[in-house]
Amino acid sequence: MTQKVKVAITVNGTLYEREVEPRLLLSDFIRHDLGLKGTHVGCEHGLCGSCTVLIDGLSSRSCTLFAVMVDGSDIKTVESLGTMEKMHPIQEAFQEKHALQCGFCTPGFLMTTVEFLEGNPNPTAEEAREAIDGNFCRCTGYENIVEAVQLAAKKMAAD
Amino acid sequence: MTESTISKSYKRNEDPRLLTGNGNYIDDIEIPGMLHVAIKRSDYAHAKINKIDTEEAKKMPGVVAVYTAEDLGDYWRPGPLQVPPPTVIKGSIFHARPLECIAKNKIRFSGEPVAVVVAESRYIAEDALDYIYLDIEPLEYVGDLEKSLDPGAPLIHEDLESNLSADVRQEVGSWEKAVAEADLVVKKRIVTKHVAGGAIENRGIVIQWDDSFKVLNVWATTQGPVPMRNSIAKYLGLMENQVRVMNPDIGGGFGPKIMSSQIDDVVIPWIAMKLKKPIKWVEDRRENFLGTTSERDQVHYAEIALKKDGTILGVKDEFYHNTGAYNPYGMTVPLNTQTHVISNYNIPNYFTRIIMVFTNQMVVTPVRGAGRSHGIFVMERLLDAAAKELGMDPIEIRRKNILPPESMPFRTGVIGQDFVESVLDSGDYPGALEKTLEAIEYEKFKKEIQPKLRAEGKHKGIGVIMFTEGTAVGPYEGAKVMVGVTGKVNVVCAYSNQGQGHYTTFAQVAANQLGVDIKDIEVVIGDTGQWQWGVGAFASRGMTLVGTAIHNAAVKVREKALNLASKILETPKEELELADGVVRIADLPEKFISLGELAMRANPTRGTVEEGMEPGLEAASYYGPPHGATGYGCLGLILDVDPETAKVKIERLVIADDCGTNINPMIVDGQIHGGLQMGIGEAFYENLVYDDYGQLVTASFMDYLFPQATDMPAKFEIKHIVTPSPLNPLGIKGIGEAGAICVPACFMQALEDAFEGMDLDITDSFMSPGKLYHYVQKAKGA
Repeated sequence: MTQKVKVAITVNGTLYEREVEPRLLLSDFIRHDLGLKGTHVGCEHGLCGSCTVLIDGLSSRSCTLFAVMVDGSDIKTVESLGTMEKMHPIQEAFQEKHALQCGFCTPGFLMTTVEFLEGNPNPTAEEAREAIDGNFCRCTGYENIVEAVQLAAKKMAAD
Repeated sequence: MTESTISKSYKRNEDPRLLTGNGNYIDDIEIPGMLHVAIKRSDYAHAKINKIDTEEAKKMPGVVAVYTAEDLGDYWRPGPLQVPPPTVIKGSIFHARPLECIAKNKIRFSGEPVAVVVAESRYIAEDALDYIYLDIEPLEYVGDLEKSLDPGAPLIHEDLESNLSADVRQEVGSWEKAVAEADLVVKKRIVTKHVAGGAIENRGIVIQWDDSFKVLNVWATTQGPVPMRNSIAKYLGLMENQVRVMNPDIGGGFGPKIMSSQIDDVVIPWIAMKLKKPIKWVEDRRENFLGTTSERDQVHYAEIALKKDGTILGVKDEFYHNTGAYNPYGMTVPLNTQTHVISNYNIPNYFTRIIMVFTNQMVVTPVRGAGRSHGIFVMERLLDAAAKELGMDPIEIRRKNILPPESMPFRTGVIGQDFVESVLDSGDYPGALEKTLEAIEYEKFKKEIQPKLRAEGKHKGIGVIMFTEGTAVGPYEGAKVMVGVTGKVNVVCAYSNQGQGHYTTFAQVAANQLGVDIKDIEVVIGDTGQWQWGVGAFASRGMTLVGTAIHNAAVKVREKALNLASKILETPKEELELADGVVRIADLPEKFISLGELAMRANPTRGTVEEGMEPGLEAASYYGPPHGATGYGCLGLILDVDPETAKVKIERLVIADDCGTNINPMIVDGQIHGGLQMGIGEAFYENLVYDDYGQLVTASFMDYLFPQATDMPAKFEIKHIVTPSPLNPLGIKGIGEAGAICVPACFMQALEDAFEGMDLDITDSFMSPGKLYHYVQKAKGA
């Protein structure tokens, strides 16, 4: 078997020092090695966006990266946002606007939205729509997600 | 009086869990010592198998076992057939050829499983697939629906005389008579194209055989847990209560996840029992495209007979339906087509024939819309063609023939997927048409806006079409409602939830009878260990069938609670009310007993009971309708087309829909949105394409265009009409498929209108940007 490689990756504020196979996908590292199941895998070829996480603040597809490629990076997943008892304003907005149905693609949308609203805290509907264009959702038709992104911006501005 | 919890947009109970990464989907399930499966699939579409060599794969470190059909020994057998054939339709022919699950002597479609690798990790299992060698003899590929029946066409199932899978004819009135009386008969060849279900989560299964208790735990993404449980039990020789099928959270269904009787639920449980180890298989996206089911391929030869004034005398529709390499799902899809062709209009004479054929393609089973959209597409395209021939406005021909409200309930005379006559139960069809026309400002657009735009050389078109949505079909569903000793309520069913919001809507129905907060109602869905009976999530039937069963059960629990409280409070039950989690005297609210206390007392532990007493504050109920409830509506689109780039902007989208009582209007709108997105995808982006050798050339999201946010209109404008269904106490009809049914027909009408005078004459349900460009160039004579 392939020799394992040491990596030190910070995920949601915790430093993980692990030995991984060079071919281990970052998405599998996050989900199966670290047990952070909120990051979902829908296509494994970088199109659907369900596996989107923030790597050093930038939204990225964790299914088309190897864990070894992000050695030393700081990663944020959906678990870095709110809890069931106290959700993040973006999560609250998604609930209030019915911007999720099956919930599978949702973590990817949330992480995309985190990055987007940092750069554009008061987006128009068109800008919000453009921002989520790279994430696939089969359930919602996107309209409620666009509204949720805008509502989240308002909530975050008020906080 | 307690406030009603029906027709209110409650935020969803399940959302905090799903939003915070606390959902539990199939691939999230981990069991210590679990092994992983990868499936070797055929690259050939049609071939004879000489030998499958797995020796090298078996020797790889980390590989635990490899199985082919041969290795399954006596266990290998085709099937089961998931949906029975429509024997109720006289003279119907159906050649049952259920899936082989793992190919034995012959490969019948590209992507068909030929071997299963079990390994310590998924990575190793996938590595091993490359070391399995197939010695095969390729056979000629059969992919063309019509040519598949040519004499001399290669046979997909050699024991049959031809590739005919089924032949079903139905006639109401007499088509011959309609033709004899007609001033005009319009004929069209109409094609509907192949699309994927496209759930973002692929399918999967986790199996754990407990050898000491002899119980098989199954977690599966199935839309039908009880039928899957029964079929696994039968195949493995177990009792039903030895097999517990559980749905984890499911990342979208859209039809294909109803299809069981596949390698995952037939072969993998057998392997798990043999190895006595937990096993997980999660499909990847390529497998989902290649091997999971899909739908829509039909070729129609359709005719409509009319009088000069546009009155329809009859319709004839003979169509080829592609079932793929096998037909495990019976005839659900094409029967839906037969019922939906004539479901909006008064059509006294109707002849319809399904010619279902086998091809060397993936198996066809329902995808959201499930045959209905094809029927609507055929009828609406025929009407547009007839209107053109008669020089009528497309709206006028619809107004002339639309079924009036007073005709409800309307018996169509056509047998549907539930094997009974399709009856349109209720509704105001002309009302939906007029509401849409008004909202989209049809007159103004045609008379004022469009002429100006045309003068400027712009191509903006309007389309308005009618549709029905046959929903909520039988046979039945059931549920149990139980008040717990904490006063919280448990609603349990073995339905299946893929995002429809049942954790909230089912709670609303129970809360309405029991006077508890919907957050205090815990809904369990899809666990055959907690509830034994049911059928599954298809045909937009959950809210109506399970919802009605929950309603009926909750009414019984309410009665039980009132009767018991009446004794304890020494007050006639007419003077009691249920509210805020207690039963209290309406005029003396400080005198009460909590539901939790009643639940405790409903299980006496000493003393005697009255004869016939049933313990617990619980009740079960089943509901099966005599026939389905039919939703309906009208869609209007304004499309702005750039003829040079063929870019289409959906400028307006107005939909009027009637699904009876909206239990949760927010969720109803969400269902419409999602359906519309799939409909838009089907009309303009999505298409599964096979090449001339039976290779699926659209087996990734790079090739299969998935509709994205900027492909949608800025706003889905929804107008509701509420005609409660007379079939069930809450007046519910389904809503899951409305949007997916109506778009292609309307889209094509609007495109033709955008290029009026150019005679685009679109008879295909799919118009990609590239294809539209060529259409326009051809029509221009360029």
